[in-house]
Amino acid sequence: MIDPLLIRKDFPMYRDHVEMQGKPLIWLDNASTTFKPDCVIEAIERYYKKETSNSHRGDYDLCYQMDQEVMKTRKAVANLIHCKPEEVVFTSGTTEGVNLISFGWAMEHLKKGDEILLNEAEHASNVLPWYKAAKVTGAVVKFVPLTEEGRVSVENLKAAISNKTKIVACAHVTNVLGYIAPIKELAKVAHEHGAIFVMDGAQSVPHMKIDVKDLDVDFLVFSGHKMCGPTGIGVLYGKYSRLEETQPYMSGGGMNDKFNMCGEATFLEPPARFEAGTQHLAGIIGLRAAIEYLQSIGLEEINKYEEELKAYAVKKLEETGNAIIYNAKSEAGIVTFNIKDVFAQDGATYLNSRGIACRSGQHCAKILNDFLKTPATIRASFYFYTTKDDIDALADAVKNGGNYLDAFFN
Amino acid sequence: MPSSIELTPQIMREIIMDHYSSPRHKMTPKDAADYSTTHSASVNCIDDINVYLKSKDGVVTDALWDGTACAISTASTDIICDLLLGKKDEEALYIIEQYHHMIHEEPYDSSVLEEALAFMNTSKQAARIHCATIGWDAFESIIKEGHCHERG
Ligand SMILES: Cc1ncc(COP(=O)(O)O)c(C=O)c1O
Repeated sequence: MIDPLLIRKDFPMYRDHVEMQGKPLIWLDNASTTFKPDCVIEAIERYYKKETSNSHRGDYDLCYQMDQEVMKTRKAVANLIHCKPEEVVFTSGTTEGVNLISFGWAMEHLKKGDEILLNEAEHASNVLPWYKAAKVTGAVVKFVPLTEEGRVSVENLKAAISNKTKIVACAHVTNVLGYIAPIKELAKVAHEHGAIFVMDGAQSVPHMKIDVKDLDVDFLVFSGHKMCGPTGIGVLYGKYSRLEETQPYMSGGGMNDKFNMCGEATFLEPPARFEAGTQHLAGIIGLRAAIEYLQSIGLEEINKYEEELKAYAVKKLEETGNAIIYNAKSEAGIVTFNIKDVFAQDGATYLNSRGIACRSGQHCAKILNDFLKTPATIRASFYFYTTKDDIDALADAVKNGGNYLDAFFN
Repeated sequence: MPSSIELTPQIMREIIMDHYSSPRHKMTPKDAADYSTTHSASVNCIDDINVYLKSKDGVVTDALWDGTACAISTASTDIICDLLLGKKDEEALYIIEQYHHMIHEEPYDSSVLEEALAFMNTSKQAARIHCATIGWDAFESIIKEGHCHERG
């Protein structure tokens, strides 16, 4: 059983009663980023205060220990998503992960006329890198239509896929609507047509158990900062055979085997091949602390609790009679809504004036807004430290949302 | 023109709501070739607007805008259109400068801002400063670029 009040004791952002607009902060923007518990902050601090060193080829103790720390984090990630440690590549986040696959795999393997299949609910980070690969190779990006409800469906993928399809990329949980995509079935369809499957786990890895071997995806990308970890650190998982056929898109120290002055170089094997330059070592250490923290709470518990919060929020917002909800039926702890007759940005400013952090906007999923038929929405997103009181405060604000100019005059 | 003394919060709200619910200058010009125009959008907000300025003999004869915008950017952009009409470039730039001073809580000449005074509290919601200035910045850049040299 999750007890958010007990959990909050681990988080300085709660423990220190951070305020916004002179009111207790109500943080409902967890799909954007998350708070950090003491153990993560302490791990980072420990690196800077007591364990500072670079990694690779340690001739002295601190450096040797650093290499051990990096390896331990690779193992922690492997344990989290059920892969081998050598299949874990550190990146700066989801965005870099997709770019790495686009530059390193797609640009090497795609040719004119090949197809990359996305869908209308993808985040910009899982769209724009593919445009780039398409531009360079002459491949085309196509969008699989969503169902009327806004879901990614196996049927629609089957209808759109062909033997020209080389890549299918899809978010496990979409960041605006919060539906869970049937990844295992989608990946199977992709493989039956000779395509690889890329899963964006930015909104799922922090919230549920993930088993990449069971899902059988070729690549998975996610970000540390959305799972209580540091900013600037993320993970690219690739099946080892896929990593082997991927080219590094950055080169430099730490990833080459040898090079000479004739312009020749050979690269190390994955994952080191993709980790050029000094890595975000404090981030890597902090990421492990975050993973261990989430596991100590239990990802199944987290998932269950968020489902409960989601249902509660939908009910409470509906009761106000003043909200338009766009994703009442989706599984994740994300509610996308508007206050009646209030432009999303004005609504979010009003929430800010009450200490509530929600995000207005197109949430980077610009394409989806053509599908939702509204220029903008407000998104409230939950995590295991969210309380029902937070949601009550949101509902109370939404009820009075017609007075949104209060934000400037009260 | 209201002075700041009689400008109660209630009146300021009404000014904003009035220009938001029925903007006077929100339209795409039919004779677009007669206007100088610029587009303005930002990663910080949803607002995505175009502004259009027409002048004759160094005096603004029309100011219009169109696009997607929140209440704050709609009303502030619509109000600057009102203020620009009939102004010379220097006058227009002076008004815009005073507005920026007001928004950033610096001393300003309130005598030229008229209904734009309704935005004097914008800094309370710092994240919305951008919305209160998006249209103003766009017109300023057109005027400064020396734009509105008379067309047609
Ligand atoms: C589904 C999805 N993909 C990708 C990203 C990008 O993540 P990051 O900014 O951490 O690279 C996000 C973050 O908002 C997301 O929600």
